Formats: sequence, structure tokens, C-alpha cells
Amino acid sequence: MVSDSIDGSKETAQSHTPPPTHDAAPADGATEVPADDDGLDLSLLKKKKKKAKKAEDDEEPAAAEDANDGDAAAEEGALDLTLKKKKKKKVTKETEDDFAKKLEALQLEGKEGEEPVAAAAEVDEQDGDMEKGTGIWSHDENKIINYDPLLSRFFVLLTQKNPDHASSGSKSYKIPPPQCLREGNKKTIFANIADICKRMKRTDEHVTAYLFSELGTSGSVDGSRRLVIKGRFQQKQIENVLRKYIIEYVTCKTCRSPDTELNKGENRLYFITCNSCGSRRSVQAIKTGFSAQIGKRKKMQG
Amino acid sequence: MSIENLKTIDPFADADEDAGQTKQTQESYIHIRIQQRNGRKTLTTVQGIPKKFDHKKILKVIKKEFACNGTIIDNTDSKGMGDVIQLQGDQRNKIKEFLTDKDNGLGLDEKTIKVHGF
Repeated sequence: MVSDSIDGSKETAQSHTPPPTHDAAPADGATEVPADDDGLDLSLLKKKKKKAKKAEDDEEPAAAEDANDGDAAAEEGALDLTLKKKKKKKVTKETEDDFAKKLEALQLEGKEGEEPVAAAAEVDEQDGDMEKGTGIWSHDENKIINYDPLLSRFFVLLTQKNPDHASSGSKSYKIPPPQCLREGNKKTIFANIADICKRMKRTDEHVTAYLFSELGTSGSVDGSRRLVIKGRFQQKQIENVLRKYIIEYVTCKTCRSPDTELNKGENRLYFITCNSCGSRRSVQAIKTGFSAQIGKRKKMQG
Repeated sequence: MSIENLKTIDPFADADEDAGQTKQTQESYIHIRIQQRNGRKTLTTVQGIPKKFDHKKILKVIKKEFACNGTIIDNTDSKGMGDVIQLQGDQRNKIKEFLTDKDNGLGLDEKTIKVHGF
């Protein structure tokens, strides 16, 4: 129907364009349409008149749209003479309250054909009463509850009973990606190390030492607290190393919370204390390990 | 049967053994590292391969298999880090597979191997 109407509107536009003698084009369409439809359907005609009045009240573009709609409905009558009057009436009703109509139709279909849809609708109706314990949620109710409402009930209860759990689940641990710049050809500048260390609550020195030992290089800190690393490194590579650092030195192994503190305990051992679950574990000190001499010959010569 | 079971489990002896084992495993991590050289050249160093293996033979096999050169840096040159196998190029994944491979490699436990670097 809709496609028909669209086609019709186009055709009407074409057919109407030559004759117009009035001032405003949209007003023309609206006024002329009833004239065309006079002999066909009285009900339609009445509709048209109302619409035309509305169009006059409204602004011009809106009026044009209304007129087109009217044309569409009218043209169906005009072009499809074979169509029964019932259909025309349906069209007019749709223009009146098409949404309500469609909804009704949908509901009818659901009730006739698909049982689950109907069941879902019923459940939806009763869903609001969950907290009060009425409807399907009442204690002595024997109706089978569908999966979806049960699932939603589970999550509602979960968030109600332990809010911290839900909050920790939703809030992921985020660290800004490392910003890597190239200084010259052989050095990489890790620009936002201070920011990242602040987020992780670790000292710059500790992170720097870990980075150097993992990357097997050395480097220095420049004036604006940026880290200058010897060697070419991509942002992704630094990110990987940072991930390793977070797993090893930041996250709590018991509750996986990143909210931890690194302290120097007795006997030169480093301990991680978790702020959320209170567990304490020792971590290995950063070892540099073996690093091969690079550019030995140069040094020997110089 | 039950008495037999009780006999085999000696709590004190077990505890001591366990402690020793954990210490050993902690120390005997095999570290695979990578170092950047000039340009896009890299070095791979393998530190901490158990002494029961013949490092020279391992190196010979590796050199052939990975098609790369390499050396063994002995304890005196590596400043007390033990024997270190140094290979040319980024061989980290290959060497890890070799160390864990049971048929053609050393058949070591993957947990004892630590791969460092980016």
C-alpha cells in the first residue's frame, strides 16, 4: 500500500504540474485533489477538505507534505479503480491513527499465530510488579516464568544485594595509552609516563627501571619529566610492556583490583598491599639480567 | 592399604623437599630477552638453561634450525649470570618452542620460561 501511494503521489505531481493557475503550488495540489476525487469517494473528499484546511494553517513546506499525503491517498482511489472501497477506507483510517492500528494488528497476529509473543506480552505486563512480589512474581504463582524476565530479575537482585561488586565490574581499569615520540633516529620519548605512573600509584623510578630491564636498554629523564629511551620502540611495544608491569606489579592477585600500593617491607623486599581486599603479597625485585655488550668494538677503539 | 599410605607420606620430609624445589624453580627460570642493535637488528639472549644440558650442542642445533649465528657467553663474560646463549635476530618465539618441544627440543616446562621484552 505504501509503495503504491508513493507512486501515486509522484504521478499526481506530474499530472498536476501542467494545469496549476493559482499562486502557491502546494495549495494548488491540496485544492485540486478533491476536485479529482469528487466522483469517486465522498469520505475521501471530506478528508481532503480537512487536510487542506490544516495545510492552510500550517507553514508552506508542511502544507506541501500534507498535500502530497492527501494526493497519495486520493490517487489510490483515482488510479486503482479496481480496488475495493474497503481498502480506501483502511487507508483513511491509517492516516487517522495508523500507529494504533498497526499495533492492534500486530497484537492480533501475535495472539492468533505466535504464542511466545503473547506470553512475552503477558509477562511484560506483570513485570513491573516484581519488587512488590505480585503478578507472576507472587509467592503462590504457578505460571512458568520466561527466561528473559528471570535473567533481568537475577541482575536486578545482584545489583541490589551487592552494589560494590556491580560497580567494580562496570568500572574497568583504564590507563591512557603511552605516547611515544621519536627523538632523532635512535631514541624514543615516552611522554606521558608521569600521568601513567600517577594512575597506577607507582613511582616513576620503579616503572622506569622495569621498562629498561624489559626492553634491555637504558635511558634518561628529560626536563619535563619525560622518559627518553634508547632504541626505537613503537607505541604498541611499550604498551605491551606496561601491560606486563600492571599484571606483575599493580593488580592484586586475589581480587584483581588495581587499587594497590607498593611498599618496601623488611628485608629489602617489596610488598603489594591491596586496598580493596587487604591482601598482601611480595613481588620480585626488578632484575636487569644479562645484557649483551652492544657496540663493544666502538668503545674499545674510542 | 591405609597403613601403607600413611607410611609413604612423611609430612616433614615433604615440606623440606617442597621448599627446596620451589627455591630451585624460582632460581632456574629461563629468561629469554631481546636487545635492540643498530637499525632493525636485534639480539636474543637465553639465560638460565639448566646445566644438565650441553650448551654447545644446543647452540649447534639451534644455529642450524633457526638459520642464525650465535655464541655462548660463559660465566666470566656474563658477570655471574651463568652461561648465556646469544643469538642473532629476534628468535624469542622459536627458542621458546624449541625449549618446550618434547620431541625435537629440550622438553622443559613452559612455566619455567619467561619471555621478556616488547
